[in-house]
Amino acid sequence: MAAGIKDKVAVIGMGCSKFGERWDAGPEELMVEAYLEAMKDAGIEPTQLDAAWFSTHVDEMGTGKGGTPLSMALRLPNIAVTRVENFCASGSEAFRGAVYAVAAGAADIALAVGVEKLKDTGYGGLPVANPGTLAPQVMPNGSAPGNFAQLASAYRAKHGVSKDELKRAIAHVSVKSHANGAKNPKAHLQKAVTEEQVLNAPMIAEPLGLFDCCGVSDGAAAAIVTTPEIARSLGKHDLVMVKALQLSVSNGYESQYNQWDGSYFHTARIAAKKAYREAGIERPREQISMMEVHDCFSITELVTMEDLFISEEGQGWRDVMDGFYDADGGVPCQIDGGLKCFGHPIGASGLRMLYEMYLQLQGRAGERQLADPVFGMTHNLGGSPSTNVCSVAIVGREGA
Amino acid sequence: MVGITAWGAYAPRLRLSRKAAATANAWVAPNLMGKARGERTMANWDEDALTMAVEAARDALGPGDDRGHIDALYFASTTAPFTDRLNAGIVSAALTLEKSLSAADITGSQRCGLTALSQALTTVQGGAAKSVLVVAGEHRKARAASAQELDFGDGAAAFVVGGDDTVADFLGHGCTTDDFVDHFRGSGEEFDYSWEERWIRDEGISKLAPPAIKRALEAAGVEAGQVAHFCFPSTFNGMATSLAKKLGIPAEAVRDNLAAVMGEAGSAHSLVMLAHALEQAAAGDIIVVAQFGAGAEALVFRATENIGRRPERGVTGSLADRKEEINYLKFLFFNGLVEWEKGMRAEKDNKTALTTLYRNEDMILGLVGGRCTETGVVQFPRTRISVAPNNPALDTQEPYKFADRKAKVLTYSADYLTFSMAPPNHYGMVDFEGGGRIYVDITDVEPGDVDTGLAVKMAFRIKEVDEKRGFTRYFWKAVPDRASAAAPHAQAAE
Repeated sequence: MAAGIKDKVAVIGMGCSKFGERWDAGPEELMVEAYLEAMKDAGIEPTQLDAAWFSTHVDEMGTGKGGTPLSMALRLPNIAVTRVENFCASGSEAFRGAVYAVAAGAADIALAVGVEKLKDTGYGGLPVANPGTLAPQVMPNGSAPGNFAQLASAYRAKHGVSKDELKRAIAHVSVKSHANGAKNPKAHLQKAVTEEQVLNAPMIAEPLGLFDCCGVSDGAAAAIVTTPEIARSLGKHDLVMVKALQLSVSNGYESQYNQWDGSYFHTARIAAKKAYREAGIERPREQISMMEVHDCFSITELVTMEDLFISEEGQGWRDVMDGFYDADGGVPCQIDGGLKCFGHPIGASGLRMLYEMYLQLQGRAGERQLADPVFGMTHNLGGSPSTNVCSVAIVGREGA
Repeated sequence: MVGITAWGAYAPRLRLSRKAAATANAWVAPNLMGKARGERTMANWDEDALTMAVEAARDALGPGDDRGHIDALYFASTTAPFTDRLNAGIVSAALTLEKSLSAADITGSQRCGLTALSQALTTVQGGAAKSVLVVAGEHRKARAASAQELDFGDGAAAFVVGGDDTVADFLGHGCTTDDFVDHFRGSGEEFDYSWEERWIRDEGISKLAPPAIKRALEAAGVEAGQVAHFCFPSTFNGMATSLAKKLGIPAEAVRDNLAAVMGEAGSAHSLVMLAHALEQAAAGDIIVVAQFGAGAEALVFRATENIGRRPERGVTGSLADRKEEINYLKFLFFNGLVEWEKGMRAEKDNKTALTTLYRNEDMILGLVGGRCTETGVVQFPRTRISVAPNNPALDTQEPYKFADRKAKVLTYSADYLTFSMAPPNHYGMVDFEGGGRIYVDITDVEPGDVDTGLAVKMAFRIKEVDEKRGFTRYFWKAVPDRASAAAPHAQAAE
């Protein structure tokens, strides 16, 4: 196995725009907002940037398929800009590109920016993506909630959980995230909700109701990375280090081979195992201080607790009900509100997750600050349960 | 002797209550309350003449993989989805018939179903083909608040015609061709324009049908009094009985035209009635089937000792698998008779890449996947590199047909967000007996019908309609295998 990325790259600046229905801003303004915060945080000039990675998913929103939208919006000094896209895990992909460039010595300081402008479609929910020419002739006429709702049916069947029990457990997932989001001034949704409200919300895709689905938001997030040596030369200390970066991608095992049972993410389990190995983590339930996972839907978060080996298989729903993932629980999860409440501007989400981990590790998370976190994990998923890409990243304190 | 070797039928599951439809329209058409009895078959939004014909053909052919014996195919309909694209070619692809097949669409009158069947019989008699598949399907449109709306029904029937091992021998054929315009539908028009019923009955059917039937009986060498089953569709009360009397056919031979339970399925209806007669005939029974249209056409058969060799579903099974629909508005929506708010999600462009369709023809239209000849692993779709994680063998896959294999629901959801003509859209992963799985739409269901482990079978359906370009896209969907689920109870009852 490769030596891995552990402790080779430090994060020295991060920024995140206000997420939400940003009627006032196009993708360019959102990128500038996140970028300026990150640059101020890093304390560097644009001329110090060697290369940039730019992630966005929904090209119909006018940001384009190339690197120019980022370079033009930020007026970058004609440096390399690579546009990356990996479904909803695109933001993590931009981060990987920047981190690997620094680790390889190809760049001293690299920038990653993710953005999505979703609220220019005229309707709620994600824009209908261009599916190519074959998929629309054979694939079900579905939506993201319908695809992820499939997990619930299989999870119930496999673990003998009743419809009511599971509905209540996923409701708690959302109640917890709303409680966290209420403490986040940048979050799209900043209102706490009750379990009653969640259970009685209109059905979107059985069994997912309105509050089981994450916000469809506009937003951008940015990260600036460099080597620990350069970071120190810039006067930085108590560095936030990259500990692991893993990505696992479906190859058809789930969707075309009769073994996967539909109740979990095959890729997440692979990426998580590799990430723990890369970061040197042996007991994740004890060692991981906090997590931001891809809670596009409440059921996604619930099964992910098992896929990341924090909860035992079939026990995730009990841990959720026990409050293990609440802000005051064993492993606080979605402490910033998650996709659920911070919002999910697709290309930005992976970086937004890292933003919270970064703030927490630096003790700058304000009202949401957790006591003494050491390792923060992000899990960023794209696609659907049967065909997806799954990124797992771990960041942590220097020396951890 | 040349004759019918197999038959099949299909009727959509939904049955529109005529009382519900007539009551909804009573304010504008109170006279229709006289027809407010019984029910008519109602195609789901994703069914048309062609999909129903495919289902009937599958019933006739049975689930076997080998359909190489079919060397000609006639598709009859006056409501075919394409005017210039061989509809029979789509049927052929859906049934994975041989490419060497002769195929034709037969249309132009309400008797075209019988024309197709007589052409098939003649073709086999002449030695030009050994085994001919005849399919007829109709999805008739009528204006809201019309009598036709209540009289019509949707459905299909299919026959295999051959020279050996027949279930009914072909004895004779008769025809009258006359440009008697009882109704017409101009090119590109959606609805029929009809003349006065009394004229049609007295000057048309009563005068034009008997000569054709007489000629058929003469050709068969059969006396009218010997007829045991007389199949003659008509929406006029007592029409078949009146013809039978005129011809000397025993009154008890006149068959139920299924008006009360199905309605009249246009050019397919005489074939539906023939199929129904075969399901109830005894060996030796003489069956006469005729239909009016631009004259009339008639065929005479005699049931053989094989008559007990019935299809799995047939007309009997189709009629038994029913669900009453009392929402008349749903009927209007499904038939495109209401301009309704579909929402922005319905604005997606459904243009079909014809190159992609042809390149993947057996996958899309035939539901053909692959089977690795080294490992036996079955998968959908067929790919160059096998999906087997422990043995991704290269170029080892042979075609493998999924359409007739039983499956079970592994995962599902009922989606209220995505655009659907019949929300919520159900879809999920289905696992097939013998291997393979497909993530696929589930149709003919309502909330609560689907759960993990539900037994399903595959049905050929409309995937999408590209209204902008007039193209109908077809694929397969899962439907609950209700017959299979009900089987243990049926046995218990016996």
